[in-house]
Amino acid sequence: MIALQDVTKSFGRNAVLRGVTLDIPTGQSMVIIGGSGTGKSVLLKCILGLVHPDGGMITLDGQDVTKAERDAFLGRFGMLFQGGALFDSMRVWENVAFRLLRGTQKRPKSEAREIAIEKLRRVGLTPDVAELYPAELSGGMQKRVGLARAIAAEPEIIFFDEPTTGLDPIMAGVINALIREIVTEMGATAMTITHDMSSVRAIADRVAMLHAGVIQWTGPAGEMDATSDPYVQQFIHGRAEGPIAAVR
Amino acid sequence: MSLLAPVAGLGRATLSLLGAVGRIAFFAGQVLSHMLRPPFYVREFLHAVLQIGWFSLPVVGMTAVFTGGALALQIYSGGARFNAESVVPNIVAIGMVRELGPVLGGLMVAARVASSIAAEIGTMKVTEQIDALVTLSTNPIKYLAVPRVLAATLTVPVLVAVGDAIGIAGGWLVGVNRLGFNSATYLQSTVNFLEGWDITSGLLKGAAFGFIVALMGCYHGMTSGRGAQGVGQATKSAVVAASVMILATNYLLTELFFTS
Repeated sequence: MIALQDVTKSFGRNAVLRGVTLDIPTGQSMVIIGGSGTGKSVLLKCILGLVHPDGGMITLDGQDVTKAERDAFLGRFGMLFQGGALFDSMRVWENVAFRLLRGTQKRPKSEAREIAIEKLRRVGLTPDVAELYPAELSGGMQKRVGLARAIAAEPEIIFFDEPTTGLDPIMAGVINALIREIVTEMGATAMTITHDMSSVRAIADRVAMLHAGVIQWTGPAGEMDATSDPYVQQFIHGRAEGPIAAVR
Repeated sequence: MSLLAPVAGLGRATLSLLGAVGRIAFFAGQVLSHMLRPPFYVREFLHAVLQIGWFSLPVVGMTAVFTGGALALQIYSGGARFNAESVVPNIVAIGMVRELGPVLGGLMVAARVASSIAAEIGTMKVTEQIDALVTLSTNPIKYLAVPRVLAATLTVPVLVAVGDAIGIAGGWLVGVNRLGFNSATYLQSTVNFLEGWDITSGLLKGAAFGFIVALMGCYHGMTSGRGAQGVGQATKSAVVAASVMILATNYLLTELFFTS
């Protein structure tokens, strides 16, 4: 289980996280929703150690993440970045097999390539894509390659940062369905941050809403529509009127 | 209050400069520390050798040949004022190997390589590729900076050596074809005059300049701001910082090598 206890983070005078407390149970798919600029990505980066929180504690299975052995800790994670973050100097298969070609999970090149092609197939891409460079792919294909890279080393925990941003509704639906399938099939713990409600409904077991630097509401995905929380209601129905200021 | 404003401004500028020096020194320490510890990314190192060394040869060679030729003309013209035209081969040789070869080679590599490294790493930063490296259990300094800094430190002296030879050849071409020197005498004079330390000191300068160029490219790339403007600023800062540091280091090394 990933547990966040009173996590705070400021950038200069801008207090982005003001005491986030949240549990993400093992094997569950947690989706964090919230408006643009509310600190969803910062929260995710705090867990991974890409951003250092100013206060509070983050634990993974009871162990403080700041005290964990870094390689072993990161080896448990896979991550799909918002823009894909594919290495544009490498071929697609080398991107997917990056972790398998170096470090503690290193294996022979031919085996790593085979695994990469199998993962590409899993996300609906044909083996001929493996030899292309990321710049030769469409946005949707890049997301799929990013997803293949995230699952290549069979991580226990997968993070998805705005997985459908910039995609057309059909491709967004395909990516949402893939994420749901993969998370279920791998039995992984997933944490997705998004403001796309179709993603929330497709991916989430549980939902948490981040607003004004704190978790405003959290609960099972099935209870989200029925909650009386005005912040959640305004957000999921996309209303301009409500407690969340439309201009932030 | 207004009387103290300039002092406060000077203080802020000094603190900012000291902060930057500290951050660069810390970054250099991290690079050196990672250089000594596995894993070693051989493929990335060889790629950097090719990019920094091999592909810089044309620009360094062109710079050297024209500089050697112009130097020969200047020394001949200046030497004529006190009947010392015959020193052209000697001064061209010592000028190239001690100063102009390493400094101009370093500056040309700074323009070509520091900008390219800063732009590449800066773009990687703004597109989250550096964050992706971290999540894939790969240290960005070890993977991106160490191969480039090591490659530049080892290849720039080779570029300097090639530049020295081409620069001397440029002087020889002008000396023989424009100034009427005898070819064999010119070459013999060059060989007899140069000492091993003249060449070695230039190569050591080249190694220092290579280290500076790649370090500045990596540092400014990794600390790049957001968006295209941030990457542009990082690229400009890398070239300016590398160029100024090369000239300052050149003076310090010249003091160290030749005044004691």
